[in-house]
Parts: sequence; structure tokens; C-alpha cells
Amino acid sequence: MTEPVLTAFVREPGGFTLEASIRHGAYEGLRKALAMEPGRVIEAVKASGLRGRGGAGFPTGMKWGFVPKDSPGPKYVCCNADESEPGTFKDHVLMERNPHLVLEGVAIACYAIGARTGYIYIRGEFLHVAEVLESAIAEARAAGCLGRGILGSAFDCEIHVHRGAGAYEAGEESALLESLEGRRAQPRLRPPFPAVVGLYGCPTVINNVETLANVPLVLAKGPEWFAAIGPEQNTGPKLFCVSGHVARPGVYEASMHTTLRELIYGYAGGIRGGRALKAVIPGGSSTPVLPPGAIDAPASFDGMIKAGSMLGSAAVIVMDDTTCMVWAAENLVHFYRHESCGKCTPCREGSDWMLKILQKIERGEGEMRDLGLLESVARNIAGKTLCPFGDAEVAPVLGTLEHFRHEYEAHVREGRCPFHAGWRRGR
Amino acid sequence: MSFHPKMSYGTGLHQSARERPDPGEPFAFTPERRARLEEIALRYPPDRRRSALLPALHLVQEQQGYVSARAMEHVAEVIGVTPAEVEDVVTYYTMFRSKPAGTYLLQVCRTLSCALNGAERVTDALARKLGIAPGETDATGMFTLVEVECLGACDRGPVVMVNDGWHECVTPEGAERLVDELREKGTAALSGCHLRVEKP
Repeated sequence: MTEPVLTAFVREPGGFTLEASIRHGAYEGLRKALAMEPGRVIEAVKASGLRGRGGAGFPTGMKWGFVPKDSPGPKYVCCNADESEPGTFKDHVLMERNPHLVLEGVAIACYAIGARTGYIYIRGEFLHVAEVLESAIAEARAAGCLGRGILGSAFDCEIHVHRGAGAYEAGEESALLESLEGRRAQPRLRPPFPAVVGLYGCPTVINNVETLANVPLVLAKGPEWFAAIGPEQNTGPKLFCVSGHVARPGVYEASMHTTLRELIYGYAGGIRGGRALKAVIPGGSSTPVLPPGAIDAPASFDGMIKAGSMLGSAAVIVMDDTTCMVWAAENLVHFYRHESCGKCTPCREGSDWMLKILQKIERGEGEMRDLGLLESVARNIAGKTLCPFGDAEVAPVLGTLEHFRHEYEAHVREGRCPFHAGWRRGR
Repeated sequence: MSFHPKMSYGTGLHQSARERPDPGEPFAFTPERRARLEEIALRYPPDRRRSALLPALHLVQEQQGYVSARAMEHVAEVIGVTPAEVEDVVTYYTMFRSKPAGTYLLQVCRTLSCALNGAERVTDALARKLGIAPGETDATGMFTLVEVECLGACDRGPVVMVNDGWHECVTPEGAERLVDELREKGTAALSGCHLRVEKP
């Protein structure tokens, strides 16, 4: 088990202030970066093996490298703080308790790609978190850690907080840019990719909060230190959000050697009430559910793909044996139907049809042929939309159909939902 | 006449269901809010003033409690876009309300992690206590109850957001108590976010 670094001081009263953050080493990574050529900073991030923590796991240094070096106009860094993937609450902790680490990461990213402005796009519901960030920015500017001539260098950098207003889709990078430009959060057709044509048509890097929070550590402690944590290709400290039927839900920092079993039964204290595990969603609602037999796989990008799912945003949602998997799929598809931005027909219409079929089965009115219909609708959404939302919304359906088909069949056979969990409505 | 073999023309299904936004009272930003908006607009390039549209609408809702059609017209003028473009944005984002809500807007998270911890029962308890269904405002105009999707506090579920504040780890009994306490002492009744470890 590695010592926490991202969340080492999050329980310390006043730990979010500049004074406390500097005491814990804040802005040392930025200081080191400013003494380097921007290209060397990108090289260091590449060497660390840091992969994006927002869901896709794309190598961060490579993403930064796509930004054209010789473009004459402005460039931008956007920090994706929309954190809306069901089950995910890790960026919330970083921004509220370690805001200077996030700001430092944004500033280093700006320096590396040649941007002078960074925007933190935060979901509208996080008003109290936005206030923490705003005051951290004011503190950092007053101390010369942001603003003009940062830390005595010739580098100028401003960071602004931009609040969303309730839209899951704004967490998709091109929709985030649309929202930041004052429009509906709907995705853009790619290519061109944001690294070339992004915010206001300028080259833009979009990184998740946790990704950017790791960047100062890479600079301050060195890429070798970072790459030594966790398995090969899955390096660095990782935040895991464990929720659902566990004794101690919360955010846990660990390496990606950690298995789902260790997260559920070690860190989170096991299944509440000593019940049996039925299913676990390893990376937020957009990743397929796994059966108990799969929990000895490491919770890493590659480990979860091998297990038949994805690490996603590392949001581990745990369900005990009282949970109805048809109901769980219905709950999540309800979410996607509500959040579909409506731009692509397969996603907009398909989410509605999947929900109707799931509700019908859960009510006990389903027929066996509905299972095939449900799967067919799902397969006609995946891969047929402008953004990954389409693939995401079919994960709860295809995952439960693959591992828990017998529960769907039991609903149809018995003409009712066979589960009677006390925590549900009317049970 | 109809070109459809089975459906006659103009009998409902062919009519647009678009709701006209509530026109509301005449609206203009207070001088303080207008000044705050101009300060926020400086964060974006001068020719990208439209980026200040979401912040402007947050300010409208802070002032008016919802976003009326007249407010949309005012925002359009201040930002330099058309009222239709403002309405396009307002109707997309769930946090912007097209109708006034009660003094306390109770927003129960209904998504999986909260639901696994009993969010359905919390909603039912609130509905019973207030004598309303989700989506409605009670007779006194004090409480509006809605179900919302994931609020990003899944380790403290079920979560109920009341106006801009959070109330965590809510049980059905706790939800009923919350209603009484909101009546007594307002938003001071809320638990707030557990990450705020400092004592106020």
C-alpha cells in the first residue's frame, strides 16, 4: 500500500489555505516547471506514464503533445470539473480540500502548451466548491503564484472558474467547450480535435481535475517516482470512489495494483450488514457491471478491460444480494434518458425505448422477446453517436444482460420483480 | 386534409407542444448584479461575451428565483445575443427553472448510489409529509419537491440538495425532520458538505 499524496492533508482543518498548502509543498512543481523548457515539461509528463483520470485513460503527455507549437493565436487549458458520472465524487474532494494542487496543475499545463488562460469548468451544483476555488485563486494571485510574472518568471497565467448549470453531457470534452462558449452542452463532430480546434477555435487541452492534480507531483517528485507507483502503463496514485452497499463508502487513494476485492472488503469495510456481494460497477455508470467472480482483478485501466469492463472514473458502485439487477439497469437508463443531449437520434430515441422496455419488465409485464428487443436497441446505439454517451448508456443494459440474464427471465416468468429489498419503494 | 393514412390533420399529435415561457414581471439586473456580470465577462475574450451567458442566467435566478421570458430578453440585450438563443440555453440546463419554486427547493438525488441507500423512500416520505407529488409545490408555497439525477456525493447518499445547500445521509425519518427544521430555522437545518471539516 502506498502512502496517500493527493489526499494526504484533506482532513486537516484549514488544509485548503495557501499557507497550509505551501507548507505541504504546493507550487514546488510549478517552480521546477518554470525553470524548464515547455517541451521538457511535456516530456516529463510523458515519461511519468500519467493517463487521464476522467474516464478514457488517454496518456496526458501525448494529449499535450498534439497541441501545435507554432500556432500564432491564443491557446487554452480547460480543467474538466463537471464530475457528473454517477458514483463519482473524487474531484470534489480534491477541489474542496486541495484546491492549490489543482490550480498548480492547471498552471503547469498552461506553461507546457503555451497557454495563458485556464478555465475550470465546474458543475453548477458544486457552488460551495466553486467558492473554495475562487478564494484559492485570489490567494494564489496575491502571493504571485498566479497572475503576471508567476514566481518571478516571465510567465503570465490566469485561471477562471466557470460554473455549469446542470448537464451531464457538459463533461464530454467538446460539449464542455460548447457550454463554455455559452451554448447548449452538445458534442462537436471530430476531427478536428480540441488540441487543434478547441475553445473559441483555438488549440485547447481538456483534462480532468484528478489528472491535473497529479501533474505537480510528476514535476516535484520526478517522473521516475510517479512511474514506480502501480503496474506498468497504469502508473501513479489513483483515487477510487466506493459507494453503494458498503460499510464505509468514501474516496480512497491507492495504486492501481489494488484489486476490486481490496477496495470493497479492505478500504470500504466490506458489504454492509455482512450480506453477500451480487455485482459491482467498477468505473461509474458508463462501465459494464461485473459479477463477484471478477473482483480479484486489479482496478487499473488495463486490468478492468481484461475483466470485461473499464476503469472509467474509478467509481466503484457495490450492490448486495438484495439488489434487483433489472431495477439497477432501469435506474441508470433513466439517468441517461434524462441526460441525453438530444443531438444524435440513436441516443435520444434509443434511451427512451430502453427505459420503456426495462420499466415494462420490472413491472412484471415483460415478455421473453423483450430481452432480444432490448439488446437489439442497445446494439443499435453503441458506436452510432457523435460522442461516447451512446456507448455509455448501453453499458448498464448490456452488462446486466450478459451477467444477470436469469434475473430478466425470472421477471418475465414470475410476472413480477422477485426482489423485496427493504430500501426500495413500497417493499 | 391529411397525407397520413390513419391520422387526420390537426388533431393534437401534429401540434407543437412547445411551452411559452412565463413572461413574468418587468426585469432588469440590480446595479450590483450588473456590475458583477461585467466583472465576470472580463474573464473571457472581449469578442466572446456570449461565454458570460450561463453566469448571467445564474445571476437572474439569484435575483428572481427563476428565469422569466422578460429576464431572457434582458439577458439577450446585455450579452448581445437574440432572446431565442437565450431561451435555447435556458431550456437545456436543468438548474434553470422556468417557473418560480417554493422557498425551499428539495432536490432528492434518485441515481443508483443514493437509490441503493434508500432515496426512493426518502422521496416518498417527503411527498407524504408535504402532501404533494414530486414536481409539485405545497399549498403554503414553502416547499417544492423534485427528484434530480446524480449530485456527485454518492458516499453520503441519499443526498437532498435544498436550494444551493446540501443535506447528506438522509433517512425517511430524517427527511420528515428536515421539513420541520427548515420551517423553524431555515437553511441552518442543513448538514452541509462533510468535507468542510472546519467549524464555522
